[in-house]
Amino acid sequence: MEDMIVSTLERAMVAGTPLLLATTGEVICERSGILNLGVEGVMAMGAVVAFIVTMTTGNPWLGVLCAVGVGMAISILHAFTSISLQANQVVSGLALTMLGLGISGMMGKPYVGKPLLVKMEDLTLPFLSDIPYLGKILFAQSPFFYLAILLALAAWFLLEKTRLGIQIRSTGENPKATETQGIPVTRIKYLCVLIGGGFSALAGAHLSISYSKSWIEGMTAGRGWIAIALTIFALWNPGRAIGAAFLFGFVFVVQYLLQPLGISPNFLSMLPYIATLIILLFISFKDPRRLSAPAMLGEPYKRGER
Amino acid sequence: MIKFNVTDRYDISAGRSFMTNLLSLVAGLFMIGLVFLFLGVNPFYALFKIFSGSFGSFYGFKETLTKAIPLILIGSGLTLAFRAKFWNIGAEGQLLMGAIFAAWISLFLGDHLPSYIMVPLMFLAGFTGGALWGIIPAILKIRFSINEVISTLMLNYICADFLTMLIVGPWKGSTRFGFPGTDNFPDSAILGLISGSRIHYATFILSILCAVILCIVIYKTRFGYEARVVGENPDAGRYAGIDFLKTTLILMIISGGLAGLAGVGEVAGIHHYLGYPAAVSSGYGFTAIIVAWLAKLNPLLTLVSGIFFAGILVGGDAVQISLGLPAATVGIVNGILLICLIMGDYFLKNKITLTIAKP
Amino acid sequence: MRGISKSFHGIPANQDISFSIESGEILGLLGENGAGKTTLMNILYGLYQPDAGEIRINDAPVRIHNPLESIALGIGMVHQHFMLIQNHSVLENIALSHKDTPFFFPTVKIREKIENFSASFDFNIDLTKKVWQLSAGEQQRVEIIKALLNGADLLILDEPTSVLTPQEIKELISILKEMKAKGHMVIFISHKLDEIMDICDRVLVLQKGKIAGSALTRDTDKISLARMMVGRDVVFNIQREKIVRGNQILSVEHLNVMGDKGLPVLKDISFEIFENEIFGVAGVSGNGQRELAEAVTGIRKAESGKIRINDRDITNTSPRHIYDQGVSHVPEERIRFGIAPGLFLYDNAILKQHHLKKFSKRYFLKYKDVKDHAKNLMDDFNVSAHSIHSQIRNLSGGNIQKLILGREISEKPQLLVASHPTYGLDIGATEFMRNHLLKLRKTGSAVLLFSEDLEEIFELCDRIAVIFDGEFMAILDSGDSRLNDIGLMMAGSKRI
Repeated sequence: MEDMIVSTLERAMVAGTPLLLATTGEVICERSGILNLGVEGVMAMGAVVAFIVTMTTGNPWLGVLCAVGVGMAISILHAFTSISLQANQVVSGLALTMLGLGISGMMGKPYVGKPLLVKMEDLTLPFLSDIPYLGKILFAQSPFFYLAILLALAAWFLLEKTRLGIQIRSTGENPKATETQGIPVTRIKYLCVLIGGGFSALAGAHLSISYSKSWIEGMTAGRGWIAIALTIFALWNPGRAIGAAFLFGFVFVVQYLLQPLGISPNFLSMLPYIATLIILLFISFKDPRRLSAPAMLGEPYKRGER
Repeated sequence: MIKFNVTDRYDISAGRSFMTNLLSLVAGLFMIGLVFLFLGVNPFYALFKIFSGSFGSFYGFKETLTKAIPLILIGSGLTLAFRAKFWNIGAEGQLLMGAIFAAWISLFLGDHLPSYIMVPLMFLAGFTGGALWGIIPAILKIRFSINEVISTLMLNYICADFLTMLIVGPWKGSTRFGFPGTDNFPDSAILGLISGSRIHYATFILSILCAVILCIVIYKTRFGYEARVVGENPDAGRYAGIDFLKTTLILMIISGGLAGLAGVGEVAGIHHYLGYPAAVSSGYGFTAIIVAWLAKLNPLLTLVSGIFFAGILVGGDAVQISLGLPAATVGIVNGILLICLIMGDYFLKNKITLTIAKP
Repeated sequence: MRGISKSFHGIPANQDISFSIESGEILGLLGENGAGKTTLMNILYGLYQPDAGEIRINDAPVRIHNPLESIALGIGMVHQHFMLIQNHSVLENIALSHKDTPFFFPTVKIREKIENFSASFDFNIDLTKKVWQLSAGEQQRVEIIKALLNGADLLILDEPTSVLTPQEIKELISILKEMKAKGHMVIFISHKLDEIMDICDRVLVLQKGKIAGSALTRDTDKISLARMMVGRDVVFNIQREKIVRGNQILSVEHLNVMGDKGLPVLKDISFEIFENEIFGVAGVSGNGQRELAEAVTGIRKAESGKIRINDRDITNTSPRHIYDQGVSHVPEERIRFGIAPGLFLYDNAILKQHHLKKFSKRYFLKYKDVKDHAKNLMDDFNVSAHSIHSQIRNLSGGNIQKLILGREISEKPQLLVASHPTYGLDIGATEFMRNHLLKLRKTGSAVLLFSEDLEEIFELCDRIAVIFDGEFMAILDSGDSRLNDIGLMMAGSKRI
């Protein structure tokens, strides 16, 4: 019984990792005022690139690096259309998703079903991992796990406690006022979109080289969309995103707990999506006037001269 | 020193709009050609194959029309929703729900009723199913401020799982080719086809009717006016006394219902049974988004853009088989075309002039 | 600045303007709305680039490409609409604009610097408060701190008094005098003659983009300045005849309304308005006027209290129902609330009326009637536009306002709620608006007027209420001498 709880929690941490990575990235992006609905597509790109590079070079870290690079590169498209062209951010993000899913499906075709021979070794922290129960859950995880938490904390620190953070948040709240004070609003928005893209790709890399060690089309399974919902749930705060993401990781994993009880597996696989709707409902009661969202989120900003 | 001057363009004529769209498409096709090149395929050959596959032969054209029908049905509904800035990304789920409702009617009542009752009943059921699935995100948005992009997307996944649950569980029928599904629909529930093709009469006529009706709704009715105001400026809409809940509900009933009708067409006209979600719809709900966008949110124009995109899908199938390209290529095509359209929009709304300024 | 010219879309905003300013001087920049004052200063501040002309500082020519450069040169600007992030604290806002903010823990390190600075100028502001919690005067002081902290020698103030109470204006003047004593330069943009005469040493008058004159304030008077400003003798020719008021149309009893932030914004408001009367609400923007207008027109919920039109209870009924009872509304933010920008002029002509039988039959809109109506409106109300098929966003602010006014008046309302109807309009349009309000009054309607322009209030209103922090400080007849203290009432210091 205890073993089951421990292993479930352990797996919840694993399942929450990509969610945390993608959510952190989207939080940074949205804080600068740009809504990026392309997370799902970028995540898929990250997954496929990480897989291919790892398989070809045998070095998972190189795979990760390439994935992040590709994620950022493809996000430039969305950044360009949303920021410089002031196009509708919903449509642009959807286009990015279609593109990302399409390209990754195409690139990944020859690799479907092939197992990854090189593994990314779990990092077992000395001493800490010997703590009963907690040790196995928290301190003997894939490096992605630690990376995700560190990055989330770093993102929180960046946004709240640094000058750049103030600039980013001000850009999302009131780009006009921010620009009048000489701050390069456009550059900041581009930066945040690219960072967001990098994070989403990182999440995808985790999926393909750590979580499942294989590639198949559609493996992102809507996690990108869930991450977008989680940014709202986390009230655009990377610190809260940590709790939100792992809570959700638990929801993903609980399917397997409940399966032996005879509940239809299809119903169980609906759970994460239903849960997303429920937490959004919950948020609407807590913050009905959406006071926590960056004020100019999703609004195109036309700079400078009338 | 060369400087770009960007100014608002005030007068956007229909002709300019058309030319810009055309050029965007051409640019998009060019990029797609590049993609083919990258894949080691002769781009001209591939593009030629796509268009000849879908428009070059009579058979191809019929296939194109078959695929165009659901795109037009869903697309015209989306033009209404998008005009009110309600981003309905859930057409895929609404389509499936319509198919489910239609299947329910046909499997359980089909043996007892003649086809002239069955067919309209199925369409009614399908419309209701899609509309119900569309009302949910409408209520979630108005009452609970839940972003409709996420809610409609989540409902897509939920419906797909629901469908799978049905066909492997209570509705399980004979197995075909190893994939589960319901039994075949009884004869009375199968839609009549235009001879020699897979085009079903009923939905063919419906799709054209809907495009026309929706055009009238958007431009000539009070409801259409209110939906447009809501999309243009929600604050003004509130000031004008427009009932947001009523307007959003009605437009989602229409949009979801039309997607449901498309689902009926697929399941009762083409497949004749209810199977896996991927078997029922090949991503029509998403492709229809681009169809609507390309039609500049004018339902009549979805007739044109729907056929165009259906052509790409059909041609894409042909090319996929003969050139061995993966199915995901369609996503790339869609994505590239959409991005080119967005960029084209920018040139439409802004006048770019070059000035050579002395430093 | 020498020979500065600038055009937008081919329409000249500044034409060959030259002037200079010296240390310890307060220069006034006077002109009507649209004269080009803000454009000129935006060029100085680096937000716009001039088409021609040059700027010299200490006799050396400079090119200012963006605000960063102007700030580095010692130029600071306080805009009419504050460039502050409402949701952030004062500290964060100042940290955002300050040149030497450290990268890590910016607010902590900046705090000391600001506190030392504020002490020398005698500002007292709670640095940890969020900006939206501050009064307009305090927010303005934050803007001034921002500019001075960045080393501004020259401070540009764009219409600074438009959001201040008379008391706050006095405080601003004393701050400006202190800065002058310390050798700073101030450019004071305004369209209010009294202020210019009071505060400035010299004044430069702009008219339609060109310099119309300049003078030392001690050498000139309001009449001369007004003549320069407008190009003709300005006599406000509006006569308000005495009319006996009729029946009660609007009655508001003990109205309590909550604001956007969840705090009460109207507290126990009661008043009545009668036929043939213009009832004015005076007060600095942000004291509940917007919410009162919204409650009366049905856009905002009333927590308690009753609103009656012609004795019928309309509290918390739908906006459409209230409209049908004869209440029309000219909204405060005309672009934001009054029009649907992407639609055509004729679409907008029936924005609030589209449900009426004369424009819609069952489910369809009778477009022929709509277009005729739009044409009539354009003629009757002098709306100059290409045609009824123009996209409404291409119209000027004044023309949009005229269309909105025409739309709201055309159905002969019982009560017209007019929120800041002449804000930002030129003299011609302003006169037009005011005459129409008086006409309504004559023909048996009632008008509820919200305005920050005291001159307008005194000119048009039969009775005047002063609002402060959600309460009426007084409701007086327009001839009542106690209105001399209106400044104190607007600032909450006096209640009658």
